Amino acid sequence: MNPYLAGFLLGLVLLGTIYVTGRGLGASGAVKSVVLSTVVKVAPRHVANTPFIKSYSEEHPDGPLKDWLVFEVIGVIIGAFFSGVISNRVGIKLERGPNITNRTRIIAAIIGGAFFGFGSQLGRGCTSGAALSGMAVMSFGGLITMVAIFGSGYAFAWFFRKLWLK
Amino acid sequence: MISNEFNLIIALIAGIGFGFVLEQAGFSSTKKLVGLFYGYDFTVLKVFFTAGVTAMIGVLWLAHWGLLDLSLIYINPTFLWSALLGGAIMGIGFIIGGFCPGTSICAASIGKLDGLAFVFGGGLGVIFFAEGYPLVKNIYLSEAWGGVLMNEMLGMSKIMFAVLLTVVAFIAFYLTGLLENRVNRVPTAVNKRKRAIYASAIGFALLLLAVIAFFPDSKNRMEARINKTVIQKDFTSASVPADQLASDIVNNYYRINIIDVRDTAAFRAYHLPFAINIPYEIMADRRWGKILDQKHKVNYFYADDKQIAAKAYLLAGYLGNAENYILNGSAVNFHKLFSNLTPPGVEANKSEIDTYNFRQKSATEMKILVDALKNSSEPVIAKTTKIKGGC
Repeated sequence: MNPYLAGFLLGLVLLGTIYVTGRGLGASGAVKSVVLSTVVKVAPRHVANTPFIKSYSEEHPDGPLKDWLVFEVIGVIIGAFFSGVISNRVGIKLERGPNITNRTRIIAAIIGGAFFGFGSQLGRGCTSGAALSGMAVMSFGGLITMVAIFGSGYAFAWFFRKLWLK
Repeated sequence: MISNEFNLIIALIAGIGFGFVLEQAGFSSTKKLVGLFYGYDFTVLKVFFTAGVTAMIGVLWLAHWGLLDLSLIYINPTFLWSALLGGAIMGIGFIIGGFCPGTSICAASIGKLDGLAFVFGGGLGVIFFAEGYPLVKNIYLSEAWGGVLMNEMLGMSKIMFAVLLTVVAFIAFYLTGLLENRVNRVPTAVNKRKRAIYASAIGFALLLLAVIAFFPDSKNRMEARINKTVIQKDFTSASVPADQLASDIVNNYYRINIIDVRDTAAFRAYHLPFAINIPYEIMADRRWGKILDQKHKVNYFYADDKQIAAKAYLLAGYLGNAENYILNGSAVNFHKLFSNLTPPGVEANKSEIDTYNFRQKSATEMKILVDALKNSSEPVIAKTTKIKGGC
């Protein structure tokens, strides 16, 4: 799909969401919700000693099943899958740069994910929540988070080029 | 407001749209995403910027016509250091992992193992943060500036900023398009039809912004209409004399709202029994909706200035479906009529004696009622709550 058209449609989805619910889209919060709620279920005594998780579970007593972002992410899975089906892109695959092995790619993905998971909590959002939705409501916090993400990506790109380029 | 369960259905639908468009744009492919940082594929920038600008113009447009209340929507709060540091860490995660949370979920949904690995890593990252929170707590909470807006930081109006961002976006699209073709050694084709489409898109966006900038918004139009009507219209049928209002207070106090539309100082100096203060300037605020738009009680508006009372009556007509009236005469006048009454002299006629008796009785009963119901008659003012968001 033409990227500008995709962007326009995405903008409309975001606009509709803001109009109906007063809030924008997000993604990292759903991961947070599922992970922290699991920890609460599995290790309640540990939670009592960990203030961040403790206050989270107090503010969100209903768990992920009543969390807006979790439902949104379930939708994302459905929507992406549907798009993949109609574009014939579904299949167990692994994409990597030409110079590395599959194993390296998986390890890098996990490490990258960990950085992003940590960073998104510290930054109170990821590219969807802080940057994209932030731009729509002209939030300064969203802007600086976005600039930091992409600026940092560019700054470190050269060091990790072996992962992606020939 | 929407019920909680329905809100979740909306979330699901929004997510489906989100995921579909992201995947259609090709964001389930890590190589396409990373192309942004190596110059060979700027799709991320094109999609991102277009989406942001589209939604931003849309938000301003809806707000302009009164369909969206900007003071209620969720604005990402600014925590200066944690935003910058968190963003920097996320950037590293992007370049190592090749995804962001949203796109990794899309990729995992179509079977990409690297996407799944990224999501798993994301979970680990959240746990690391939660466990290591005491170490980062200070940075996390520091420099909490609240819901600061970009245009505020630049000292310009919202619409000015929107125009600026839109223009910057279009320039960025043009330049990155050239750059992309350079990196991929592809000649830049001049497609007349595409040029026309892009030109009209830019024109359309700027046109919307121009309308927002130059046409009065819904609030201003309503004000203009009220100012025009208040001079022309005859308010006799909507006005009630002081005696009638006094009688209504004594007999039907539980079925009426008495609304003082003067400023707070005047209200504090003297106000009618059971009156609530809604200064005219803030009458349109959402929090008064429960009083102005209801069918159980009759609303009586009063002020010292006849025109303000009339304007309030008109505004109330726009804001709700209640039955509204204006008090004939000023608050000062009402006060005079129902306090420090001098008994009529010996030569008074029956009408004067009756009036005196009525007013004396009413004044006494109003005072008794107010004293008796001092605590229970406070009207419940609904507090407007801002939407809680978060990522």
